[in-house]
Amino acid sequence: MKVVLRNPRREVEVAGNRRVKDVLRDLAILPETVLVIRDDELVTADQHVADDDTIELRPVMSGGSS
Amino acid sequence: MKCRKCGDTAVLELRRHNAAFCAPDFLEFFRNQVREAIRKYRMFTSDEPILVAVSGGKDSLALWDVLIGEGYRTTGLYLDLGIFDYSVESRAKCEAFAAAHGVPLLVRRVEEEVGAPVPVIKSVTRRPPCSGCGLSKRYLMNRVALDEGLPVVATGHNLDDEAATLFGSVMHWQMDALPRQSPALPSTHPKLVRRVKPLYRLSERETAAYAFLRKIDYIVEECPFAVGATSIAHKETLNRLEDASPGAKHNFLFGFLEKARPAFERAEAVELHECARCGQVTTGTLCAFCKLADQVKRSI
Repeated sequence: MKVVLRNPRREVEVAGNRRVKDVLRDLAILPETVLVIRDDELVTADQHVADDDTIELRPVMSGGSS
Repeated sequence: MKCRKCGDTAVLELRRHNAAFCAPDFLEFFRNQVREAIRKYRMFTSDEPILVAVSGGKDSLALWDVLIGEGYRTTGLYLDLGIFDYSVESRAKCEAFAAAHGVPLLVRRVEEEVGAPVPVIKSVTRRPPCSGCGLSKRYLMNRVALDEGLPVVATGHNLDDEAATLFGSVMHWQMDALPRQSPALPSTHPKLVRRVKPLYRLSERETAAYAFLRKIDYIVEECPFAVGATSIAHKETLNRLEDASPGAKHNFLFGFLEKARPAFERAEAVELHECARCGQVTTGTLCAFCKLADQVKRSI
């Protein structure tokens, strides 16, 4: 399956047919730090993703002083 | 995973609340949290016009969206920091949002106000870029609100921002910063407007989810100068704690606000004066903004 990462935007291929939380763990990404988007919808960490799925992991952290 | 309220498929899990929500119920949860923040800290009344500081990011545009939806009279303020393509794109997002919602947007350019854009201020002051940027933003937000006759400025600071700021202040025991950290800072001088943070009860993942579900077109790219910022390192540390112990950030911030903050209040109030140059409020003779502008002027 394809995973789209941001900042900078890039794509990586990882194994599918497992739960979102397993994909995140493989990529060493904390669930608290991203939105998981598939087909323009948010999905929770317990959902399964198929081998032909594409998911975007959109970072939620903004920083600096304000 | 099922929505806690209606049992439909959930789109977002909130581990710190031991809950998950479908899209409509999450949006209502989000609005309720903002309503509770406004009520608890008496941030503003339904009659008061509000200046909403917007950056083009998820937090400030989500805040603006909620306040418009709740029927408040709002004016947006975008401060153009002059940070290359990032500023061009973020300004366009704010202008598009304002046009789509039929709400007024004021734009001020830091280059015009200080004498140079943030990248030049950074090199002139040799301080972290966020330092001069934050100083300029706080000053200009207050001054524009005064000029426009608006009694309150609302910013999009979320729970993660507030927890990270608190963490930084505690790490260095900044005794002057701790009592100032609050979701609502009252006006303590005729030339200081009230400052409020209606999103302080919501994590940045929640504000991102709100913006996504409301189809708000916000800038996902990070400010290029935020890379390596201390506040980011603090957020990462807190996120690791949160992963191990859901609710850690909430407990850290809310525990401070409810139990610890009063202990850091100063016995005697700080004496405020008007800056000899610009007339804005300062504790000295010349305000920090005018000193910064002088420094920039000398160097370019």
